Amino acid sequence: MASSTYEPKNRFIKAVNQQLPILSLIHGAVGAGYRAPKNLNYWWNFGSLAGVCLVVQIITGIVLAMHYTPHTSLAFASVEHIMRDVNYGWLLRYIHANGASMFFIVVYVHIFRGLFFGSYRNPREVLWFLGVIIYLLMMATGFMGYVLPWGQMSFWGATVITNLFSAIPVVGDSIVAWLWGGFSVDNPTLNRFFSLHYLLPFVIVGVVILHIWALHIPGSNNPLGIDVKGPQDQVPFHPYYTAKDAFGIGVFLLLFAFFVFYAPNYLGHPDNYTEANPMVTPPHIVPEWYYLPFYAILRAIPDKLGGVIAMFSAILILFAMPWLDGSPARSARFRPIYRMLLWVFVADTFLLGYVGAHAPDYIVHIGGVEIPCLILGQAATAFYFLFFLVIVPVVSRWETPLPLPKSINEAVLKKSAAKA
Amino acid sequence: MATHTEADGVTRRDFLYVAGGAFAAVGAAAAAWPLIDQMNPSADVLALSSTEVDLSNIEVGQSITVMWRGKPVFIRHRTEEEIAEAAAVNVASLPDPQTDAERAVRPEWLIMVGVCTHLGCVPLGQRGDYNGWFCPCHGSHYDTSGRIRKGPAPLNLAIPTYEFLNDTTVKIG
Repeated sequence: MASSTYEPKNRFIKAVNQQLPILSLIHGAVGAGYRAPKNLNYWWNFGSLAGVCLVVQIITGIVLAMHYTPHTSLAFASVEHIMRDVNYGWLLRYIHANGASMFFIVVYVHIFRGLFFGSYRNPREVLWFLGVIIYLLMMATGFMGYVLPWGQMSFWGATVITNLFSAIPVVGDSIVAWLWGGFSVDNPTLNRFFSLHYLLPFVIVGVVILHIWALHIPGSNNPLGIDVKGPQDQVPFHPYYTAKDAFGIGVFLLLFAFFVFYAPNYLGHPDNYTEANPMVTPPHIVPEWYYLPFYAILRAIPDKLGGVIAMFSAILILFAMPWLDGSPARSARFRPIYRMLLWVFVADTFLLGYVGAHAPDYIVHIGGVEIPCLILGQAATAFYFLFFLVIVPVVSRWETPLPLPKSINEAVLKKSAAKA
Repeated sequence: MATHTEADGVTRRDFLYVAGGAFAAVGAAAAAWPLIDQMNPSADVLALSSTEVDLSNIEVGQSITVMWRGKPVFIRHRTEEEIAEAAAVNVASLPDPQTDAERAVRPEWLIMVGVCTHLGCVPLGQRGDYNGWFCPCHGSHYDTSGRIRKGPAPLNLAIPTYEFLNDTTVKIG
């Protein structure tokens, strides 16, 4: 895809680049050497935004680790020490804690972009798989990070999530003891979670590099979902998309700063400001908001092993999307029926999130009808799987897409002609 | 190696590949084991395995919670009604069939691990539909014998190994 080659003017830079062509690599990856479709819309900002989030988390995380103590008797106090005593500690911790939420918001939009415009379809399956792997690694990292402050939610969240593995027949209990390093979540657990929470972001960096590498083989997908036919369909990444991404980052940082400075604890749970107590479970334990839909699926199934399988399947089913979708068109823009159902699916995930945030016996009033959250969660879970296992395979093969434009260039020119 | 020639497709070199590869695989597994096993409970954690409890101050209808292996253990001095209620249940109808006698060596003392068998929360005492324990996390109901009656938990609350050293002292573990 790279068309222009990097030719530095400066003799010294040229000599260095000749022996280590790192500048050529950057030029080809995110510079003028990478040519991207010229019709990318704002949904395409979220990939680079996710990269920004990862860098913010790594930088703030490394600094926080300089002041944090991973021991059950000191962890909670060391977090308070960061908040009260360390210079700008409150800022760094609030950026890191809210940064995790921001990262998940960005990644959820990024995943939705892929689902809507068919970015998982041939020739981008490996790119999609790497993305799902990054998402799984993010979930593991986020979970272990939430345990570190050693508050009540940290402790009981860790207890519930590690106990998921006890549902595995025969070896489940041995696996849980192995994860804990004891007979309950305790100091060995906290220590290893700290070690892994520090390691996994760098593993994510590695997979992100593979993700970008796999992106640059076929090049970016685009809102029309049709292939690039020639240079007239593209513009160089720099300066066009570097400028557009920079604008998106500015807008994103406004939202980020709002949470950090005006609502730093809005996305958290007050119980986590109570130190962990292994003898008392808080009356209502919930995970962080970004896991709520999966938590609702776990609770919807009245069987322990069944619930755990359903919860993991809900994520892993994303891997099957390239095969489930058999439509001749990639982009949902040309598939009105599928597009409508996809939006229903999005609404369903929000409903699952709502159910996950409430107790199973919480009563929801819908137009005068009283429905317990458990029933609502079961219906939403059924639709979640119905979407992937029936709606996507059937509708994609049955629905005839609207006529596709001949080329990106033609569509762009037609659109600007219509505006004028 | 006169019997094995290039003609029948197996050579001395193939044998060396397989033997060498197998040896390397065993070596890699042996080297990996310490890295895996280090995560299992360590010697000091395993050593903290028993607790002695004085029961003389627990009145009928009272419960205490003691720590054993980092987990809460409920010790309840049950009332006559609770014992009768637990004994009256049709065992065959339970998700995890156990008689009350199997769960309490001395009927007045119910001793069990206070960890919900669903996902490990601590159930609340004298709550729920069966007047026993209720888990606030995912809504499991246990009866006055700590047996699962309703909700997602698959098993009864676990009974630790314990013995009465005398009438007022019990050793758990």
